[in-house]
Amino acid sequence: MIRVRDLRCGYPGHEVIRGVSFDVMRGEFVGILGPNGSGKTTLLLALGGILPILEGEVGIHGSPLGKFKPKDLARRMAALCQNPEIRFPFPCEEIVHMGRYPHQKRWQMENPYDAAIVKRSMEITDTLDLSGRLITALSGGEQQRVLMAKALAQDTPILLLDEATSAMDIHRKLQIFQVLERLSSEKELTVLTVLHDVNTAALFCRRMIFLKEGVMVADGPTEEVLTEETLEVVYRTRVLIYEPEGTGKRQVVFLPGRVERS
Amino acid sequence: MSEETCSLSRVGRRASEPVRLTCYAVFVLSIVFTAFITSGIGQFHIPYKTILGLWLSPFDETFLTDVDERIRYIVIHVRLARVCLAVAVGGALALAGAVYQGILRNPLADPFTLGVSTGAAFGASTAIILGMGGIHFLSLSALPAAAFMGAMVALYLVYLLGRIDGRLHTTTLVLAGIIVSTFLSSLISLLKSLNEDSVSTIVFWIMGSLSGRSWVHVALILPYLTIGCFTIFYFSRELDILSLGDIQAQQMGVDVQKIRFWLLLIASLVTAAAVAVSGVIGFVGLVVPHLVRLLIGPRHRSLLPAVFLAGGLLVLIADTIARSLLASGEELPVGVVTAILGGPFFCYLLLHRRKYLQL
Repeated sequence: MIRVRDLRCGYPGHEVIRGVSFDVMRGEFVGILGPNGSGKTTLLLALGGILPILEGEVGIHGSPLGKFKPKDLARRMAALCQNPEIRFPFPCEEIVHMGRYPHQKRWQMENPYDAAIVKRSMEITDTLDLSGRLITALSGGEQQRVLMAKALAQDTPILLLDEATSAMDIHRKLQIFQVLERLSSEKELTVLTVLHDVNTAALFCRRMIFLKEGVMVADGPTEEVLTEETLEVVYRTRVLIYEPEGTGKRQVVFLPGRVERS
Repeated sequence: MSEETCSLSRVGRRASEPVRLTCYAVFVLSIVFTAFITSGIGQFHIPYKTILGLWLSPFDETFLTDVDERIRYIVIHVRLARVCLAVAVGGALALAGAVYQGILRNPLADPFTLGVSTGAAFGASTAIILGMGGIHFLSLSALPAAAFMGAMVALYLVYLLGRIDGRLHTTTLVLAGIIVSTFLSSLISLLKSLNEDSVSTIVFWIMGSLSGRSWVHVALILPYLTIGCFTIFYFSRELDILSLGDIQAQQMGVDVQKIRFWLLLIASLVTAAAVAVSGVIGFVGLVVPHLVRLLIGPRHRSLLPAVFLAGGLLVLIADTIARSLLASGEELPVGVVTAILGGPFFCYLLLHRRKYLQL
């Protein structure tokens, strides 16, 4: 589904991603983790075709990214970026409708199918009661929920998320991730999400990719790579991993103090 | 419960429709009404009954009985032409302002942000200094052509300065516009100080005026306006999506760089054409898009037609005031009137709707 080979990219004079390779299959739920400046966002921007690739290749559905026109790409891949800055006071429902843009022809009237998808996306993200409100008047967490609805309305097989739930409260965050998990297992939605919160990632991501200084430190199923060794290397902090009873998932506690292992 | 919220949301979405249509209707009727009133104002007194008759004469020949040819000329070729030009220029400036604000994602952007007006003023000043103001071609002075060329040169300089690695960034574009504007302004001051005889002509041109314009000027601006309107409406959906930011828009399938380039070019051409025929009429492009957005919301497909009509109406009213305010019969520069009308409104926005401006 997504194929990344020896990817190098970054900004003029500053290479951020320095040789990363991995494949993502249909329906995978991948967490991309790492400290600040490790290249998580840059990697996601390169996957989304926003940042030019310096070396290596990125392909989706077997074709290199460069072959897709922007609209074609947007029908295959939706993305939410960090800190969106919305300029004009659009009603939320209008924002979610914008998600249908890559599927619509110019001058085409909105068809019932578009309206149905918009409604469903707003239902599952629990944003229907925000539809008439202005996006600029919402709190950060509410905005993120509306934008999530917009990304789902784009109705793509791949979803790239960059800290897309960072401003949501615990309840909303879990709610959204449960929706994504369900879509991933039932409809084979492929999710790649950048997260700072290792514990949320541990609950929902079935696979984790750890980045540090632009290279991959670990990549594999969560139960294999989420170890004290990996985390101590990546975050240079003492950690304790435990498994809360009855969850079957790992959770992490970071402890102050120096890393004993080196 | 969910059905109830759903129907509520549908109301919220559709409710804007009557508001929108009412707005269009009010603007159109106001334009017609103001045009009628302003046609009766002037040194040469013409009764409104005659004006109505002349206006309706294309539909019914019987209205055209016993009307003096001189009166017909004044009503149709002087006053109606001026009305049409005012509406065209105002509409063009307001439309370009809405596009600039959307594309540059900046509530303080206006058609002159990228230095088009200063470029035009520089072109016109040079022509005035060189004594080309008197040169005529097809009853048209050389000034509009010189102004248009000046605007193009300024725009090209801004484009060269504002491009980084082949991409147009909003902040760099605005900065480049300021730099080029400032530079050209100082050149205009230099020209003025070199030739003091022309100062008043230059100043009057820069402040904007519709006095003495004819159908030729309308014909000059019309092609730009037609092509501009079509292109801008064509991209109205993209303008909506651009307000989510470059990266989001790109991720939703909008070719941000291409659209920004074309829309900026078209909006600047429309502005340049308007400035070339009327001088620099400020505040219309800044204030009208905000005013209309407060009335009918930010969705460009409904916003842009209303912005055009409201801009036309504002300049028409301003021009009426400009040519009737002084008892001596002298005209004020219309740019001064728009600024006096627009300034207080912007103060209101700043003081009471700061949240709307997102400052």
